[in-house]
Amino acid sequence: MRWRPCGDAAALAEVEDLDTVLRLHAAVAAAREDGGLPGVVDVVPAARTLLLRCATGADLERAVDTVTALELPDAPPTSGEEVTVEVVYDGEDLGDVATHLGCDVEEVVRRHTATRWRVAFTGFAPGFGYLVPDTGRDAGHDAGHDGADDEPHPLEVPRRPESRTAVPAGAVGLAGEFSGVYPRSSPGGWQLIGSTATPTWDVDRDPPALLTPGARVRFVEVGA
Amino acid sequence: MSALEVVATGAQAVVEDLGRPGLAGLGVAESGALDPGALRLANRLVGNPEDAAGLEVTFGGLVLRARGDVLLAVTGAPVCVTVATADGRRTHGAGAAVAVPDGAEVTLDAPAHGLRSWVAVRGGLDVARPLGSASTDLLAGLGAALGAGDVLDVGPAPADPPPALDQAPLPTPLDGTVVLRVVLGPRDDWFTAEALATLGRPWSVDARSNRVGVRLDGPPLERAPAYAEAELPSEGTVAGAVQVAANGLPVLFLADHPVTGGYPVIACVVTEDLPLAAQAVPGQQVRFRTVKGPRLP
Repeated sequence: MRWRPCGDAAALAEVEDLDTVLRLHAAVAAAREDGGLPGVVDVVPAARTLLLRCATGADLERAVDTVTALELPDAPPTSGEEVTVEVVYDGEDLGDVATHLGCDVEEVVRRHTATRWRVAFTGFAPGFGYLVPDTGRDAGHDAGHDGADDEPHPLEVPRRPESRTAVPAGAVGLAGEFSGVYPRSSPGGWQLIGSTATPTWDVDRDPPALLTPGARVRFVEVGA
Repeated sequence: MSALEVVATGAQAVVEDLGRPGLAGLGVAESGALDPGALRLANRLVGNPEDAAGLEVTFGGLVLRARGDVLLAVTGAPVCVTVATADGRRTHGAGAAVAVPDGAEVTLDAPAHGLRSWVAVRGGLDVARPLGSASTDLLAGLGAALGAGDVLDVGPAPADPPPALDQAPLPTPLDGTVVLRVVLGPRDDWFTAEALATLGRPWSVDARSNRVGVRLDGPPLERAPAYAEAELPSEGTVAGAVQVAANGLPVLFLADHPVTGGYPVIACVVTEDLPLAAQAVPGQQVRFRTVKGPRLP
């Protein structure tokens, strides 16, 4: 684990892969619940890093020592909850994605709907869940933590070379190892493969995000 | 119940309190007043709890009409506060409580120094609090910038009387080059030594700056050869992060910043200096001075 400073009261813990981030996040969440990380304001997991933001620099130094010494669980937790998202596969980048993967558009749709996804973390915008293929491992399973790399990723594509200035709310996209749904209109550089009418962010709902970390997600094709 | 009717907003006026910390894991930034100390002071001047919701006003120009008698205080960039009633106009300074009778109009003129002022009203603004805070977050779409015709309800006055204080001293924002202390990283290693030196030279504040970030104009910061074509996996960011976009120009994130970002952050402004950054007007110069960061393993 490598620590990188983010100003006077925050730091990033950089680890080797997403699986380790999620296990570290689980350990940090458990330590916070037990009151073992006072002064921690925000914890933000991402693809290779976990951001720890504290009230003061002294809180940060103490928290970093605590986190460095944490023992990580064997597997990231899943919430067990399964969410179904209905998608019209009419995205502007569907053709480019198929070309990149060396298959046809129908195969892209087949892979996206056949994959069991899991919400790894949220970020970028409120309610934007970063989804990864679910390897089916549960806490306590003995597969070891490299299990995620055993199967090839069905839909790994680069971001678009240029960001769009406005991606519509409900757009379903792919980028890197992730799939995601834009909760509201925003700029974005993901490859768009479809759209959903299912709202993924509603401040009047508790929790406001539909796709919460740990939840399992299935995409279902519907007609336009 | 009394209320404030928005007659004109100037460049921008938004409702802010001390923000919604702790939700970054949901993708929601802390938001809140860009100078929390200034909003706290304005609230104290009218006898409110320090975290009551008030207004953040960019470059004056705000006109409010009182419905019922209200007591206001303005802090931050010093502006004249003019109260117009049927009997005439009276101008007050910032940093003091100002009584505004029912039907009167209050105007904040443009500040001679600095960019943003904060207005507290006795009783606080009684507005919606999505996710536990009244703060407008322009990036997250929580709340919205105010427009003419909006009516803001004022909450019940606190039990304690306002303090018997004539005038609180307000720090005057600087007109020259604003020096902001930064801790290098988390991705300073993505840049050349020359780029790190350039970071310490003056940058010009771009007019497209807002609560999400201060865009800076100057010579592009070059990436180290090893990272020239690299794509950074998205990672968590903080208010104060100086993110360098694909064009090499830095953006200094403020309270409504994106919670994660895919461009490298070369350095982060220390928390204490962020209110100074919020007062830099377009065209003004900003410089970064490197200081030691926290002790990390």
